[in-house]
Amino acid sequence: MIVPPVYGMVLAAILFVIGLAGLMIRRNMVFVVISVEVMLNAGGLGFISAGSRWGQAEGQAVFLFLLAVAATEAAIGLALVLWLHRRHKSVDSDSARQMRG
Amino acid sequence: MIWIIPLLPIAGFLVLTVFGRRSPWQFSAGVGAGTVGVSAVLALIAGFTLASLPAAERSVVSSLGSWVVIPGFSVNFGLRLDALSDLMTMVVTVVAFLIHLYSTAFMRGKGDYHRYFAYLNLFVGSMLLLVLGSNLLVLFVGWEGVGLCSYLLIGFWYENPENGRAANKAFIVTRIADAALLVALFLTVAAFGTLDIPKVLASASAAGGSGIVTAIAALLLVGAIGKSAQLPFQLWLPDAMAGPTPVSALIHAATMVTAGVYLVARMHIFYALSPGVQLAVAIIGAATLLYGGLSALTQHDIKRILAYSTISQIGYMFLGLGVGAWSAAMFHFMNHAFFKALLFLGAGVVIHRLNDEHDIFRMGGVRRTDRLLFWLFMIGAGALTGIPLVTSGFYSKEAILESAWLYPHAGPFFWVIGAFGVFLTGAYVFRLFFHVFTGKPKGEGGSRPASAIFYPPMILLGLGAIFAGFLRTPRDLGNVKVISSFLNPVLASQGKESAGISTEATLQIIVAALSLLGVLAAWLGYRRSLKRRGTEAVTGHELSVGGRFLLSGMGADWLADNLVVRPFMWFAGLLRRDWLALVYVGVGRLSVLFHQALRYTQSGLIRWYLLGIGVGVLVTLGMVVFA
Repeated sequence: MIVPPVYGMVLAAILFVIGLAGLMIRRNMVFVVISVEVMLNAGGLGFISAGSRWGQAEGQAVFLFLLAVAATEAAIGLALVLWLHRRHKSVDSDSARQMRG
Repeated sequence: MIWIIPLLPIAGFLVLTVFGRRSPWQFSAGVGAGTVGVSAVLALIAGFTLASLPAAERSVVSSLGSWVVIPGFSVNFGLRLDALSDLMTMVVTVVAFLIHLYSTAFMRGKGDYHRYFAYLNLFVGSMLLLVLGSNLLVLFVGWEGVGLCSYLLIGFWYENPENGRAANKAFIVTRIADAALLVALFLTVAAFGTLDIPKVLASASAAGGSGIVTAIAALLLVGAIGKSAQLPFQLWLPDAMAGPTPVSALIHAATMVTAGVYLVARMHIFYALSPGVQLAVAIIGAATLLYGGLSALTQHDIKRILAYSTISQIGYMFLGLGVGAWSAAMFHFMNHAFFKALLFLGAGVVIHRLNDEHDIFRMGGVRRTDRLLFWLFMIGAGALTGIPLVTSGFYSKEAILESAWLYPHAGPFFWVIGAFGVFLTGAYVFRLFFHVFTGKPKGEGGSRPASAIFYPPMILLGLGAIFAGFLRTPRDLGNVKVISSFLNPVLASQGKESAGISTEATLQIIVAALSLLGVLAAWLGYRRSLKRRGTEAVTGHELSVGGRFLLSGMGADWLADNLVVRPFMWFAGLLRRDWLALVYVGVGRLSVLFHQALRYTQSGLIRWYLLGIGVGVLVTLGMVVFA
């Protein structure tokens, strides 16, 4: 059975919103990084669904690029988490706040 | 060629400003004194060359090109060397060079050596522009330049707020008078269409004693009395003593404060054409010489005594100008430059030796530690008093007083004031002299050694203070007329020539006797004060009411505060809250309000930023989809 592309798109949208919500709500930096990862993959799913809808290979090609981006992003994100932990003894993203508004 | 004279010190100023900070002190001293020294030599060469020319040709004009050219009006960068500017240039450069030389030793270890010489060089350059300018605009540039340097040097030790206050006072008071000078320049352009001094003078003589000439003369006079610290603008000069002592010698005694005398002498045709204003010049001069002399009587700061004395002596010059004795006034200017510079430099040595002590009641016995200084100071004090026959001050004051006697409007009255002023001069300067030099040393007696460089400039000034007087002597005493015949092509004397030998001689004897009486009064006062105070160092807090009145400069500061400064501040306070100000304040308030509101978005919380981005994306997408 072939899943219709529109399902894939809906799933991508749902994943993206979940990721975005996680990004806004979670203060733990580890979960923030995971949320970013979820959003990135939602974007990838969107590309694949669109490629399948139009019968083009570019959707899947872009996903290969996205894998590389995700790997780098994870490396940088984890480095930031480490830095935050070392500097503030915490993984709370609000603890790095310096502006008081 | 003439341009080199003022441009050298200005070049020195630029060099010192750029390289002074990183160079050794010898460099600053060399550039500072060297440029002025070369200027002095050039000025002397130019001066004697000019004097050797026939009288009719004694005027050299040099222009560096045009400055302002608009239809119907043009001004060039012109300098003009004639007998009057020549005399001023020689005196200014020579005295300035001697004071620079003195300063090279005096300012060691007193901080910011190169800055001091940079300012002093700029001052000399500006002063030379002032006296050499062939048109009123160049003169005005020099005029403001010397005012600026005066401000910078009074506030030289700016760490002390009191000095900054004195500098501000000097600057603001003279600025008020300068506004009148500026209006005079505008009127001159409006009336005569030019600022070139010979052309203006020629047009004025052609116009005769019209209202515009009188107005210009009066406004120029206001500018002149502001710069020369005459009543009612004398307020700033005593406070100006906050500057280094050589500065007081150069700027606030010998040269800048006499710029007003120069201005009136330069524009003398205007005053000859408006007798009312000229009478005002004489009245201001007479009133000021009395004011300065009386106020100097009870001062106890050595420099303030000399400051009031300067006010008083410039009063003599203005009296001379007022009674039409132009060349006598310039003669007194020259002698005053020598002996007052000498006195200030001497006071500087005393202050230096006694560890910055300024109070004459805490001084004493300097004669024992420094015999040469004692004699030099005595020459200066004698010349200031006008000790008969041997000092320059006698001859120049005598020349002014003789003309005052002959003045058609209440001449003898002016003469009496001037003669009484001679008595006061002897009293106040020898009071200072006896307190400082005779008796026993007071206080801790700690004495800093004086530098050998202090003395040669003072010796030369002392020679000037004695021998400059013989350039013009009265008819019964040799009748030498070097100065007056030299100045005659520019400053043709006005009024009657002589009162007759016997009257002249009688007047001279009275003045001579008064000067000696003044010295005697000072001696008696000194003895009495010794008896009363003993040899202890006591300052003048046991003064009588009259004494305190004189100490405060006759309450002039109080008057100015209550009559001018406070009403002005009150008025300014009123204007601060008018509707126009509300507009400006409103703009400020509004931006503060926006700032307060927008501040809360800068929370530093990434999650809120993300929320903002998310909402923004939603809104944009919504607009794209549903529009």
